[in-house]
Formats: sequence, structure tokens, C-alpha cells
Amino acid sequence: MTPGFAAFLYLVSGVLFILALRGLSHPTTSRQGNIYGMVGMGLAIVTTLTLTSAGWGGFLLIIVGIALGGGVGAYVARKIAMTAMPQLVAAFHSLVGLAAVMVAAAAIYAPSSFGIGAVGEIHAQALIEMSIGVAIGAITFTGSIIAFLKLDGRMSGKPIMLPMRHALNAGLGIAIVVLVAVLVATESHGVFWLIVILSLALGVLIIIPIGGADMPVVVSMLNSYSGWAAAGIGFTLGNLALIITGALVGSSGAILSYIMCKGMNRSFISVILGGFGGETAAAADDDIDRSVKLGSAEDAAFLMSNASKVIIVPGYGMAVAQAQHALRELADLLKEKDVEVKYAIHPVAGRMPGHMNVLLAEANVPYDEVFELEDINSEFAQADVAYVIGANDVTNPAARDDPSSPIYGMPILDVDKAKTCLFVKRSLGSGYAGIDNTLFYKDGTMMLLGDAKKMTEDIVKSID
Amino acid sequence: MADTALDKALDSLEAAVAGVRDAVAGLPAAAETAGAAAHAASDGVIDPFVFQFAIFVLAIFVGYYVVWSVTPALHTPLMAVTNAISSVIVVGALLAVGISASGLATGFGFIALVLASVNIFGGFLVTQRMLAMYKKKEK
Repeated sequence: MTPGFAAFLYLVSGVLFILALRGLSHPTTSRQGNIYGMVGMGLAIVTTLTLTSAGWGGFLLIIVGIALGGGVGAYVARKIAMTAMPQLVAAFHSLVGLAAVMVAAAAIYAPSSFGIGAVGEIHAQALIEMSIGVAIGAITFTGSIIAFLKLDGRMSGKPIMLPMRHALNAGLGIAIVVLVAVLVATESHGVFWLIVILSLALGVLIIIPIGGADMPVVVSMLNSYSGWAAAGIGFTLGNLALIITGALVGSSGAILSYIMCKGMNRSFISVILGGFGGETAAAADDDIDRSVKLGSAEDAAFLMSNASKVIIVPGYGMAVAQAQHALRELADLLKEKDVEVKYAIHPVAGRMPGHMNVLLAEANVPYDEVFELEDINSEFAQADVAYVIGANDVTNPAARDDPSSPIYGMPILDVDKAKTCLFVKRSLGSGYAGIDNTLFYKDGTMMLLGDAKKMTEDIVKSID
Repeated sequence: MADTALDKALDSLEAAVAGVRDAVAGLPAAAETAGAAAHAASDGVIDPFVFQFAIFVLAIFVGYYVVWSVTPALHTPLMAVTNAISSVIVVGALLAVGISASGLATGFGFIALVLASVNIFGGFLVTQRMLAMYKKKEK
């Protein structure tokens, strides 16, 4: 194959990746899109293999590598629980980051394989592109590991605030830039690894001060970083498939971060600087009547089966309690009684963008019963019951009414406008943001204290 | 005035087409062929990097519009699939393993190959698994 034709095929595979993302504009076209993505990847791999003209030893090594990695990947993809999707995505991001570092390392030790010069004489431009890829890759690697540990509950979701952390991060950032300049001048392998080590440290330091509730932003941001790292390496290799993919993934992650920040009414900078979610609950206003109306599963069953419209509001608590299947049963029962059932999803419900939609889909909830905030918010006023299960801060009316609240201005689901709001919760404590929810003390709210799954199952039994 | 500009544009277009033809016919450097084609078309004045960078910038715009059109319900599969396609970095790993002269580089390339393969298979399969769950209401 001529190199020119190879470059053309890489371009085709880049276009197939664009089509893969395009397919996701609707669930019906999405599966087709995923197939485009796979074909694009296969094309890129086969094209590269014909270019390498590897000997039998090289081919064997390649097959072993793909079989090894592919086997692990396929196993994980089949076994992973849908509730663990945020952790999985974070873990996958870390792999892309490390792979970028490793490819750059291979390029600096054997530049001739990549057509970027000989050892000691690598083109300055290739070195700059490579070091951008390697620095972002290393930051993505350790940052994603920290995000994984926090999401998986192996590390506290509380922000860890080091003294002088902003100065420390800025210092590390400047040191990395200086080292890149030194690398370009000297092409020293020692300096290369020093850049890797400092970037690894920076990745940890950037993510540890960010609290658990801000993880949707972090996961999206790391998604974006893994794209920029791939693009950096793509420039080094002059590979169009990598450059296009890097740009696509980079902008995709950036857009998702933006959507998540908007969903919380916070600026991207304030999320990145971290620290949110650490403070204890703000002192509650004294002028609110702080009595809470408690209800039982029977009360809830009665209210729901006599309603004409019920809107279900799921949140992270539903994922933790694995309540989505019980919820589906409840919805089925209500539909048999001619109750209209809809689901309302807040943009930042859960720990990653679209987390709730996947869980509901897993429980066989049809996607045309699930609505986004702006599409359903006006319907709460006509609903008899809003069933809030595992969501908290995204329903807090203080975000709408109380300018002194730390979450003031955040778009919320207007569950308090429904005739009755049934709120399932373990205890009367505050949510992830550490803010008291004034919804609990409203007249129309009935608190159902207990585990989300158990409570939903009890309601199902009572309706039967 | 406008005519000369048009002529000029047509000339450079022709030159570009010739450049692409030359490139497809076979230029030595594998990696930077696309850039090199344009490089040839511009009489060697413009660095191939500029053309790669142009593709990069345009791809960011394409990404911007394509991703905004993704329905929020599919944001989780979007992250999984972007993760899978960013593993196209595997091409670098394949080059390192396939034609490397240095043992160390082959080693690094092999690690990258395994990691990227986990992501490719894991990412696409988990996306497929998720997408298979999205169903319409039964009538």
C-alpha cells in the first residue's frame, strides 16, 4: 500500500468516527453509529499493519497484545454492572492517558519507526507535539485513577485541600513548560521522564480537591483531556485518524463539562479549583416551620394509585440502592391502573452525564417516557404526585427562591409544584452539597424514610 | 481584479489536485503525506503542519456541532464511545511494536498496545451493550 493511500484510509476512518458520534443523536440510529465506529477502528488498525511490514516476530507480538488487551476489555464490558459505569469510564480514560505516554516513550527511543528523525536528531516540532501529548496523557492517567477511586468509593468523596495547592499546581505547570523547552533543546531521555513524573503528580493534585458531587464535571473533563493527548500524539505521527479523533473527543468532553457546569450553575473554573461539597450544612433559616410530614409505603401506594399523573425523579441514590428494577415494576402497576407515568432527569443526576438514562434503560423503561429537565419542568404543576427517589439537591427549592443559598441559580426540577411530593430518603440529612433541602418542610411534601429499593418494593406490595 | 483572483484560486486548486495525485502515486514519507501533498501544492512555502493543524481545527468544529446534536439521554454511551475511538492511538503502538529497532521502544509500544486494546474492545462492547437497552414504548 502506498503511503498516500494509507493517509486516505486514515481520513476515512476519521470520518467513520464522526458518523459514530452523529448516530448518537437518536437511540434508533445509535447502534448503527457504534458499528461505524468499530469499522473505523478496524480500518485504522489494518492500514497501520500493512504499513509496518512487521516480521513474524512482530506480528506475533501484535496478536498477543491485542488478544490480551481485547480479552480483558471484552470481559469487563460484559460483566460490569450498569451502576458502575462512571468508574468504568474513568478507568478507561486512565488507560488512554497511559497509552499516550507509552507511545510517546516509544517514539523518543525509536524515532525512525515513526518517521520523525533519528535518535538525537528528532525534529523540534515533533518533540513539542510529543511533550504536549505526554504531559496531558500523564495528567489524564493519574487524574482518572483518582476519579476512579472516588467514584468507586475506595477513596472518600470529600475534597482533600492541601495548603498552598494553587501555588503548587502553578509551580508544577511552569516547571513542565520549562522542561519541555529543555527537552526540545537537548532531547534528553531523563528530562522526558521528568516531564512524565511531574505531570503524573499534577494529575493527582488537580483532582483530589474536587468533591464527589462534582464528579460529573471531572469525568467529562478527563474525557476531553484524553482526546487532546491523543491529538498531540497524532501530530507527532502525522496521523489524520488520530488528529481528527483527538479533536472530536476533546471537544465532546469539553461540551459535556460545560453542560454539567450549567446544570449546577457553577463556572468551570470554580469546579476545577475544587473545595465544593466540603462545608457542613449552612445554618437553617429560623423562620421556616421545620416540622416534617412522615409517611408510610401504604400512604404512598394510596396516593399514587389514585393519581392521574405521576412523575418519577431518580437520582444517584437510586443507583446506589439498585432500585431501578423495582421502580419499573411500580410504574407498570400504575400504568395498569391508568395512571400516566413519566420520568424527569436532571442534567447532573448521578455521577456522570446521562447516568440515570442508562440505568432506566437497563430496567426496560422505554426512552420515550424519560424526559430532560427543560421538557418536563412545566408539567409538575399538573402532576398529582412527584416521586423523588435518590435525588436531593436537584429538587431543592432554595436554588430558585433563596439568594443566600450556595446553590442559588442552579436549575432545579420543580417537584414542589406537584400536588404531593413523595420523597424517599434514608434519613433527614443533607445531600452531597451539604445543603439543607427546604422541600422537606413544605406542606405538600411527604417523607418516606428508608432504603430506596425497599421502599419502592413495599409500595408495589401495597398497591397489589 | 476579481478575475485574476479567481484564476489564481483555480490555479492553486489544480496544483492541489496534482499534489494529491502525486501523493497517492507514492511519496516516501508515510506519515505526513496529506500535509506533504498540500505542501507540494503551495510550492513548499507552507509547512505540512499547517495543513494538519487546519484539519485539527475543522475537526473541532465538526465535533462541536455533532456533539451538541447528541441527545442527553445518550451522554453516557457518548463518553464510552469517545473513549473507545480515542484508543485509535493504537496506531502509534502498532508502529512501535511492528518496526521498532530498539528493544525498549518495542516494550513501551507493547504496553500501549495492550492498554489501547482493552479500551477498544471494552469501550465499543460496553457501548453496544448500553445502546441495546434503549427501547421504545411497546404499543
